[in-house]
Amino acid sequence: MASLRTLVAYVEDKPGVLNRVASLFRRRGYNIASLNVGRTHESGVSRMTIVVEGDDRVASLMEANLYKLVNVLSVQDITETPSVVRDMALIKVDTVAERRAELLQLVEVFHARVVDICPGTIIAEITGSPDKIEAFVEVLKPFGITEMVQTGRIAMTRGVEGEASRISRGQNGETVVTAA
Amino acid sequence: MTASPTASQHANQPTATSNKPPTTSAPSLVEHARVCTGSEILWESLIQEGVSVMFGYPGGAIMPAYDALPQYPQLHHVLVRHEQGAAHAAEGYARAGSTVGVAVATSGPGATNLTTGIANAMLDSIPIVCITGQVGSSLLGSDAFQETDITGVTLPITKHNYLVTRPEDIMQTIKEAFYIAKSGRPGPVVVDITKDALQKSATYKWDSSPVKLPGYRPEHRPLPSELQRAIDMIHAAKKPIIFAGHGIVQASASGLLLEFVRKTDIPVASTLLGLTGFPASHPRALGMMGMHGEAWVNQAIQESDLIVALGMRFDDRVTGNLKTYALKAKKIHVELDPAEINKLVPVDLPLIGDVREILQMLVPHVEYRERSEWLTHIEDLKGKSAVIDIKHLADNGKLFAAHVIHDLWRLTEGKSIIVSDVGQHQMWEAQYYHHDYPNKLITSGGLGTMGFALPAALGARFACPDEEIWVIAGDGGFQMTQAELQTLAQENKKVNIAIINNGYLGMVRQWQQFFYGGRYVATPMTSPDFVKLADAHGLSGIRVTKRSEVDDAVRRAREIPHTVIIDFRVEQMDAVYPMVPAGADLDAMIRRPESEPEPEATQHNPIYETGKDK
Repeated sequence: MASLRTLVAYVEDKPGVLNRVASLFRRRGYNIASLNVGRTHESGVSRMTIVVEGDDRVASLMEANLYKLVNVLSVQDITETPSVVRDMALIKVDTVAERRAELLQLVEVFHARVVDICPGTIIAEITGSPDKIEAFVEVLKPFGITEMVQTGRIAMTRGVEGEASRISRGQNGETVVTAA
Repeated sequence: MTASPTASQHANQPTATSNKPPTTSAPSLVEHARVCTGSEILWESLIQEGVSVMFGYPGGAIMPAYDALPQYPQLHHVLVRHEQGAAHAAEGYARAGSTVGVAVATSGPGATNLTTGIANAMLDSIPIVCITGQVGSSLLGSDAFQETDITGVTLPITKHNYLVTRPEDIMQTIKEAFYIAKSGRPGPVVVDITKDALQKSATYKWDSSPVKLPGYRPEHRPLPSELQRAIDMIHAAKKPIIFAGHGIVQASASGLLLEFVRKTDIPVASTLLGLTGFPASHPRALGMMGMHGEAWVNQAIQESDLIVALGMRFDDRVTGNLKTYALKAKKIHVELDPAEINKLVPVDLPLIGDVREILQMLVPHVEYRERSEWLTHIEDLKGKSAVIDIKHLADNGKLFAAHVIHDLWRLTEGKSIIVSDVGQHQMWEAQYYHHDYPNKLITSGGLGTMGFALPAALGARFACPDEEIWVIAGDGGFQMTQAELQTLAQENKKVNIAIINNGYLGMVRQWQQFFYGGRYVATPMTSPDFVKLADAHGLSGIRVTKRSEVDDAVRRAREIPHTVIIDFRVEQMDAVYPMVPAGADLDAMIRRPESEPEPEATQHNPIYETGKDK
């Protein structure tokens, strides 16, 4: 049974890099459950959180293959490392005036937030583990979800132990990767 | 300040040679920073990287670069007849010269025609840099005339690729391309340059500082504890076997391997691409493993208790059925590419790093162990298979491919560079041309690219001007790229070409014979008269139909100063033995019949057999 593995990769923020990563996974037949890319505090460096199906062997092959991409700065499999894993969703729900109070209460219970209220709809924002978001979606369904969008998982290891490689700037402005 | 460099300036420059470290000592062609066109920067950068020959074909988008080429007489451009030929020639050049090969093509169809060669270089880890022209940057993405997204197309078949849209980026990109192509596990790199980047100008001065790529770390080294474990495993093994792969040849580690075997007395099996890594005449050389490997080699692998795999990747043509592959053997995998570890065969001990460096670290510590029982056992396995070999069949007036290749080996004393194509003749070459010298076999292993041999030999000729070169090709593969005969004629270069002509796509026909009920669909094949074809190209052709004619034909071919084709009309229905059917257990081989079948049976299938006598 394939379990889910979480890989964190720092990549150069250049055109086509996402394509290279996606193409690698397609070509080698790895199944991506979730993929998030975003900029980091260092300009020119993006961070990917990739959740894939696979066992230990597949994960280490994926790691090695990602390293072979010239634009990939570092890769770390953080599946076994204590980490904070988050996903964010925006969910637009139909509301009639009579049920709005009930809806707002549920939002409260899930530590979500209402970020927009219009006549007939509200948008709730929820951040949390994928499980929590799934549960929230389930309770909102009876109200009538009209739209939903999710970021995909992002992950960060806790503390200093097992932290992902550090990315910083060298004296001449070059990217410096300090291995974990 | 913007004047072109004069001829006399160039005359003072050392001619770039392939064995010179490219980025270090060569003084800059352009001494001081000055404004150059992108085209000039491109050629200057190639010269700085040590390029002296490139193979290409012009066209619209790359024309500005060609227009600047006469300024650089130290760059020789070989005009191929098809861009696939340019890529294969670059590969042949890279392999024979142990350097980086360069192919040049225009955008669109020029670039797509390169792709077969690029894929071939990817699978066989050959360092080539392909320069392609691209439509102007303002037209990118507009489906312009001859526009193809070649960086997209070649993404999965290159080690890395680049799209360059500004002249100021050309030098750095060329530097990175060469560095990536040749470092670590080598491979092809495509540099796609837009037409306007070639036309526009930028300030240029060669930067001789080493390339730094923060995400590219090609070098690995095993831990001392891992090396010690390897030594312990080698000493403890009762039935060890060494695998010599392409890595041995590419890392020039043959001498170290010999030393390793001298000390340990462990037998060596080779992959197709590793054949020249260990001398065939060495008493511990077993021969080739895998689908068409020697029966005793595959048997020994299945019985071994330790495999020391050096620079190879357990290709499916080597392993057969993975579920039954070498189950009794522990495996030490010495490999430069971490992504090859545990990809197909689970290994007990990976040693990640350069095979040459690792052998250097191991050799002083390995010792001899008494294993005469194991060695005698392998000899016994060998004895039976060897005597029923086609080589030993009496001359019955028929011409077998094995005879041709055996005789060629004998007459050239095994010293020629052989460039083989893909198919039956390629396997016969591997079985009957006994390579005692490193890097003398150039062939398409991983991709199995028919049509590879002739253009690859063209490239090898430029890398090794003084060596004897024989192309061994089938009638099918040869016809795929035979247009390059005229390239050889135009360049006035000599190679000898042995066409193993059996009137079939022989390897496919053999599979049809064994696995598809003898239904020869789309495999019977006619050929032009190769003797006349040679003549039409202004070259020479010889036809051979009997074994007694082989010696004389080979002698004449060697004496003629230009390219010669010998059309060897061999037995049509011969097959490559032994054979492990695809995906079958490695020791489940179809073997050559013990004796020649009855004369009646030879009318159609002279040595047909089904494997039942195994």
